[in-house]
Order: sequence, then structure tokens, then C-alpha cells
Amino acid sequence: MNFRWEWDVFLRDTGGGQTYLDWLFSAWGWTLTVAGGGWLVAIVFGSVIGTLRTVPQRGLARVAAGWVELFRNIPLLVQLFLWYHVVPALIPPLKSLPSIVLVIFALGFFTSARVAEQVRAGIQSLGRGQTQAGLAVGFTLPQTYRYILLPLAFRIIIPPLTSEAMNVVKNSAVAFAVSVAELTMFALLAQEETSRGIEIYLAVTGLYVITALAVNRAMALIDRRLRVPGYAGGAR
Amino acid sequence: MGALDLSFFTWDLVTGYLLKGFVFSIYLTLIAMSGGILFGTVLALMRLSGRRWLVYPAAGYVNTMRSIPLVMVILWFFLLIPFVIGRPLGAEWSAVITFTAFECAFYSEIMRAGIQSVALGQAAAGSALGLTYGQTMRLIVLPQAFRNMLPVLLTQTIVLVQDTSLVYAIGAYDLLKGFETAGKNFNRPVEAYLAAALLYFVICYALSYSVKRLHTRIAVVR
Repeated sequence: MNFRWEWDVFLRDTGGGQTYLDWLFSAWGWTLTVAGGGWLVAIVFGSVIGTLRTVPQRGLARVAAGWVELFRNIPLLVQLFLWYHVVPALIPPLKSLPSIVLVIFALGFFTSARVAEQVRAGIQSLGRGQTQAGLAVGFTLPQTYRYILLPLAFRIIIPPLTSEAMNVVKNSAVAFAVSVAELTMFALLAQEETSRGIEIYLAVTGLYVITALAVNRAMALIDRRLRVPGYAGGAR
Repeated sequence: MGALDLSFFTWDLVTGYLLKGFVFSIYLTLIAMSGGILFGTVLALMRLSGRRWLVYPAAGYVNTMRSIPLVMVILWFFLLIPFVIGRPLGAEWSAVITFTAFECAFYSEIMRAGIQSVALGQAAAGSALGLTYGQTMRLIVLPQAFRNMLPVLLTQTIVLVQDTSLVYAIGAYDLLKGFETAGKNFNRPVEAYLAAALLYFVICYALSYSVKRLHTRIAVVR
């Protein structure tokens, strides 16, 4: 085995007037876009669905439970193909959407099921007393959620949400399957063009690890700021 | 497009396109699960051994696997295996090796928690009876750890079933690929992807339902 590093592969021209390094960074940008957008969708839908799972209205709770089962039991890649091939065929106006938007929704909805489970667990961990106290002082149920349950629940579930946020970064890699120009797509194409797979993959893997680590640190910072004294992991 | 046309789903299609992929997906899941739990247990024992030269390599391996996207791990193995063994290896074999190596990192975290969930007195009692470390682990600690963690191990296996679809990245012929190929050849991609989603859903839902049942049964017995 005689292997020699050729890191200068990144300074080579791709044939389009940019170097592989330029391409790598633009691919990183797309990965951040997909992951960031997916996370936003996941937080919004996950919060609503997770909250609905805990309400006393049976019908709403059941619909929310169905949502979780639906998006949790189909592989992400299959969901992505559903968004890409099936949804636009059934709803023609969506045909004009760029694939990046479809990927963001696929990743977001997939992750929303997981976020919803955390939100539900957070709310249920508070016990009935909090809800009853809220209703007793004259809050309506929505007000009890808005002013008492959700602010506490969200602060409690930051640690499990951290690992979901890191998963979003990792899961954004499936976007390659619908030709979004993100890191994994770059890895596949650049490896083929340059035959320097090891250098290319190392760089891409490094950027994924850095991104996930940055997300982890950011969430840890938020956790330290918002931690609820007296609850799991909080200061006593 | 008009209504869904499912008429192309014939027995020939099942045997011609889907069966091969279905068998491979099951095969991949079962090998990666058994290999993953086996090597995962070894990794967990290494991490709990207290010997630095065992703890650090095991911890490093597990943390590396856990911080890289699975798709990239699949691509890495597909690139490196031929480099190491000197000849190309089919996508299917590469997938089997990759998933065993990847999943054992996740199973090892579960087994580590499982071993730690067994009361310390159990291991102490084993030593007191004159059992060696290996015997204590094999006969006393691991069976209990395994039992405590069975629901979690199975939940991880549901994740594994879903993850197997990612062999798409190296073109291995799995369940999803079978549906995709059929959809392309019969020009019915919408129906093919819907059917694939439905089948995955049924499999994973049934598995998670049985894990839930198992969980309550084990909880009652203890």
C-alpha cells in the first residue's frame, strides 16, 4: 500500500472557475441551510404536536399521536422520496418548489415527531399539579399552557433536544439523494472527479463533526442560561 | 396525473423486483443486529474495564461513529474496504460490514447502561462464590443486563431497520431499491414509493408495538 496525501486537490479547479475548496464551503453552506431549516420546521411542528398530545381533548390528542407514529415509522430517505416524487404528483402546484424546500420539509417533519415526543415528555414530567394550579387561579387551559406548562417544559427538555439538533445535522446528509448540493453530494461528486476520496471524505467528515459540535456547544450555552432550579440537571 | 394505478403490482413484480431487496434488507438487519450486539457488548466491557488501554480505544471508536452521519460512514467503508483488502467488494457485502461496525457503537452504549443497571452486589456475590471475572460477567451480570435492556435494544433495531434504506448511497439492492427499480421500469414511481413507505411503516409500527407490549410484560415480572 503506497498512499500519498495530496491535499492540493482542494486547490484544483473544478472546471467551473472555482476550486474544490470553494465548492466544499458552498456545500457546507447548503448543509447548514438544510439542517437549520429542518430544525426550524421540526421545532414549530414538534411543539404544536407534542402539546396537542397532552391536551384533554381526545380527538386532538389522537390526531397528534397519529402524526408521531406516521413520521416516526417511515425511514427518512423514504419520506424524502415521498416529498420529492409523490407530493408534487398529488398536489401539482408544489411542482415548482426547488428540491431544497422539499428536503427541509422532509427532514423537519421527520424530526418533528421526535421533538414532539420530547415536548410531551417534558409537559408530562411536570405533573398534574401545575395544570390544576393554573386552572385554579382562573387561567384558561391555553393560558395555563402558555404561561405555566410550556415555559417550564421547554427549559427541562433542552438536553434531549440537543441530541435531536445534532441528529438533524447528521440526517441532513440524506439530501444528496435528491441532488441538493450539500456536503455528502459534494463528497460523492468530488471523489468521482478527483479520485482523491480520502482527502475529500476527511474534509467533509471534519465539517460535519465541527457543525455537530458547534450545535452541541450552542445548546449547552442555552441550557446553562435557562436551566430551571430544582428540576433534573438544574441547580438546587 | 389521474388516480393511483396499482394494477402493476402483480406476483411477478414481487418475485422479480421486491423479494430480492426485501430478503437483503432483512438479512442486513439481522446480521447488523446480532453482530452489533455482540461487538457492542465487547466494547461496553472494554469501556467499563477501568484499564486505560481498553477504555480509550473503545470510547474513541464509539464517539467517532456517533458523531459522523451514517451516509458518510457507508461511503467511507465503501471507499476504504477495497483499499485495505486489495480488491473491490460488492455494495451488499460492504453494507453488511458497515452496518455491523456502525451499529455496534450504538448497541454498546445500551449495553453499557444495561451492565451499570445491574446492582453491584451481583458481581460481588459472583466473586464471593469463587467465580472468575469472565464467569461472573457471562453467568450473572450480562444475562441480567441483556434482559433489562431488551426493549431498548429492540428499539435501536427499529432505528436500524429504517437506517438500512441508506445503502441507497452505494447502490446496494435493498427493499427501497427494489420498489424504486420497479417504479422506474413500470413508469409508476408514485405508487411504488407509496407502497414502499406503507411496507416500511407496517414493519416498524408492528415492531414498535411489540416492543411496547414486551416492555409492560417485563416490567410486571420484575
